[in-house]
Amino acid sequence: MATQHSRSAARFMMAPAVVLLLGWMLIPLSMTLFFSFKKYLPLRGDSLGNGLDWVGFDNYVRFVSSSSFWPSVITTLLIVGGVLIITVVLGILLAILLDQPMWGQGVVRILVIAPFFVMPTVSALVWKNLFMDPGNGFLAHVYRFFGATPVEWLSQASLQSIIMIVSWQWLPFATLILLTAIQSLDSEQLEAAEMDGAPILSRFYHIVLPHLARAITIVILIQTIFLLSIFAEIFVTTGGAFGTRTLTYLIYQRVLESQNVGLGSAGGVYAIILANIVAIFLMRIVGKNLDA
Amino acid sequence: MARAVTTQRKTINTIIAWAIGLLIFFPILWIIILSFKAEGDAIKTPIAVLTSGWTLENYGVVQERSDYAKHFFNSVILAFGSTILGLIIAVPAAWSMAFVPSKRTKDILLWMLSTKMLPAVGVLYPMYLIFIELGLLDTRVGLVVVLMLINLPIIVWMLYTYFREIPGEILEASRMDGASLREEILYVLTPMAIPGMASTVLLNVILAWNEAFWTLNLTAAKAAPLTAFIASYSSPEGLFYAKLSAASTMAIAPILIMGWFSQKQLVRGLTFGAVK
Amino acid sequence: MKMLTRALLGASALSLFVSGVSAETLTIATVNNGDMIRMQGLTDDFTEKTGHTVEWVTLEENVLRQRVTTDITTKGGAFDIMTIGMYETPIWGKQGWLVPLDGLSADYDVDDLLPAMRSGLSADGTLYAAPFYGESSMIMYRTDLMEKAGMEMPEAPTWEFIRKAAAAMTDRGNDINGICLRGKAGWGEGGALITVTANSFGARWFDEDWNAQFDQPEWKEALTFFVDMMNESGPAGYATNGFNENLSLFQQGKCGMWIDATVAASFVTNPDDSTVADKVGFALAPNHEGVDKHANWLWAWALAIPAGSQKVDAAKEFIEWATSKDYIELVASKEGWANVPPGARTSLYENPNYKDIPFAKMTLESINLADPQNPTVKPVPYTGVQFVAIPEFAGIATEVSQEFSAVYAGQQTVDEALAKAQAITNDAMEAAGYR
Repeated sequence: MATQHSRSAARFMMAPAVVLLLGWMLIPLSMTLFFSFKKYLPLRGDSLGNGLDWVGFDNYVRFVSSSSFWPSVITTLLIVGGVLIITVVLGILLAILLDQPMWGQGVVRILVIAPFFVMPTVSALVWKNLFMDPGNGFLAHVYRFFGATPVEWLSQASLQSIIMIVSWQWLPFATLILLTAIQSLDSEQLEAAEMDGAPILSRFYHIVLPHLARAITIVILIQTIFLLSIFAEIFVTTGGAFGTRTLTYLIYQRVLESQNVGLGSAGGVYAIILANIVAIFLMRIVGKNLDA
Repeated sequence: MARAVTTQRKTINTIIAWAIGLLIFFPILWIIILSFKAEGDAIKTPIAVLTSGWTLENYGVVQERSDYAKHFFNSVILAFGSTILGLIIAVPAAWSMAFVPSKRTKDILLWMLSTKMLPAVGVLYPMYLIFIELGLLDTRVGLVVVLMLINLPIIVWMLYTYFREIPGEILEASRMDGASLREEILYVLTPMAIPGMASTVLLNVILAWNEAFWTLNLTAAKAAPLTAFIASYSSPEGLFYAKLSAASTMAIAPILIMGWFSQKQLVRGLTFGAVK
Repeated sequence: MKMLTRALLGASALSLFVSGVSAETLTIATVNNGDMIRMQGLTDDFTEKTGHTVEWVTLEENVLRQRVTTDITTKGGAFDIMTIGMYETPIWGKQGWLVPLDGLSADYDVDDLLPAMRSGLSADGTLYAAPFYGESSMIMYRTDLMEKAGMEMPEAPTWEFIRKAAAAMTDRGNDINGICLRGKAGWGEGGALITVTANSFGARWFDEDWNAQFDQPEWKEALTFFVDMMNESGPAGYATNGFNENLSLFQQGKCGMWIDATVAASFVTNPDDSTVADKVGFALAPNHEGVDKHANWLWAWALAIPAGSQKVDAAKEFIEWATSKDYIELVASKEGWANVPPGARTSLYENPNYKDIPFAKMTLESINLADPQNPTVKPVPYTGVQFVAIPEFAGIATEVSQEFSAVYAGQQTVDEALAKAQAITNDAMEAAGYR
């Protein structure tokens, strides 16, 4: 149906969004690239106005050779991977459960989606203080009630705690998408399989899971985008201590705590590269599944 | 549902689902409960907390300390302003992607999404300098634009998936009838896309409402939304569970209520048209 | 209400007429500490006197610091007054980023500021920020528990005594920890405490050539002592405890001793918030036997005006108001003498009304004992007691203190942490061109 006329019109209508996003990406990106080759220590009086010294690839070398670099990449992948696994698995189970006939389904659904509305800062603050505090936190009280020693969540199980907090925020999202997908499943097909005596696990594996493939892809794609850049949850709870320093957090430390903009910018470029690797990887899966 | 469901099975489902639902919701419920307790009571064991007296004092203290109305107002402007602006820019783009697709459409979409993966803190200095240069520091206009740009990829993508569900023949027919492109979008496409657009608006209002990096770093007193309001409660001196709970409740309540009332649209919004 | 409004309007009109400047709206960035929150509540008094109004940006310490630092280095001009500390002031002052606070009125009596505070907030002899309150560190202890343990706190105890007393006071069954100390990562949190502790063991951050000194025996001794003592007598999870967590523990009666900021004294003796208000004693921060340095830090939260501000005059008026003798009187009349901002002015400690406050004397002694020019036993190329007054320090010390916190949480050994600290510090100093 596309005529030459509508093609150019389409291009014209796409232009604002594309141009804006291109600008949004390119202007800060080119400035980041520019800074990453410069010595830029604002607290020592370096500023754009005074001119910045060119230092070649010094910042890039220094950023990766720091003992914090690889651990931070691994931490990032652990958090993203951990949250994805938890939210997808629990999301599928929860979606199957919510799809069953029950009383008050609407209300349960409201309860389940609520965490999605909570600001990350608030959620981190509340988990840290009201729940995970080893002295007065809710969990500590529960542990003591059963005669157990309260867990020092944020120091002894720091990474797990952060994964838990983030999973709590994103589980509603995964559940809802998967629930909608399950609801569209042809129930007659399932019943037929049941009649044939297929065990529940095999019914799940051969009928439900393939049907959910596309929805799972969406969950992974969208969540990865948001999870790669989580910040508030770490800033508020551990401040990057106890092995919870992600790449994003390491960049924050370089730029704002150490006030080394050049070094932090080099880190930013690495983060963009990492994000693109993940993106290409994702596009492979998405490209396949989204066409369906 | 051809299958007969026994009452027993339905009862079991109900119990399990409610238990899990309440478990997931519990942290929020606990915030709300603690916000009505005295500071000294808020740190006690859960049973002692529940049996202690109720008070509105914390809300009074929080209100006295920070201007809630101002922050709330800013949050509303930023969340809705950025979403509406985003919609205006995204609708034409999504339209052309959905109805005049080219080989590169999907690449462009994924590229747009990938711009969301840039670590914000890496570009804080450049952004701050740009904001100073343009005089946008601590202005709502500046933040509306930034939040719009952050969410634009999501808006475009969601709209694209909705538009794609609309049968092209209808547009074809309207074109046969001599409708111009503008009329086609305005009178044919839009009414059909309204449910999808509502979902898009909802999801993006939530995302913008909760955005806490740029809204904190590019504002001072005038344009600061509720994320800045919360930043003054993170660790004040002494006991603060009850006050923190009250401030948290005030920060999340508006969006929570809005989300609950519109959950049907939102559910559809969250699916990104992935499932039909 | 109407009358009050009219009176207010009248008063501001009058002061407008008197001072001859137009009313301004000042944007002030500040930290969410109790004294600052109290100041916000009293702003009406300032508006009444000068006609200027104030918009507050109250942020948590870490957020505040990143916010004002970004703004000052980019000359953003988002704030008319910034609340900064003793660490930032001399560095920013030297760069010319702050308006010198000279030409203050005679009423203000700048010579009344405590010498330690004044010199800490000056660069090359020029005052760049006015202290709102100042603090050192000292021991706060439970007199009843000390008695029960059959011990007596000397005026100036040693770390060895503290460790023994802590062990004696510890009563895990009743949830009483002999000693509560900061272990939380962050240069201004656990980093500050471990640095002054190390100072009192004879350690230092850098030698005269800016080489990191974490490979020296003093650091190992200090850190090992600290960890051992906290494992014996400290609260569970102290690796994440900062000032606030410890304050709350002490107020609930769960600590025998607490070595922390002198300003905490007014919170732990306030019967409204503290269950142990009438059982608190004070002593000088400890030293290691044979080392002539106590674990005293020196800090002030101060108000400064960024250079290039359009409202310098009004901002100065505000700073004069907030750090004046009159302001102290104002707080005293409303909240009692125990709650006035401490540690900034000599006259406060000469005031007969303040002499009765139990912690007044120890606070002043502790402040006077801290010496930013000579913070360590061995010579150092830097000034600052619990910090090193160079721009790179905040970043380095935060990472170093994260390594230490990992030791407190039992995730690595003292030796591992010190080796990492050494590498982190030397690497960063190299990046900054010191070595």
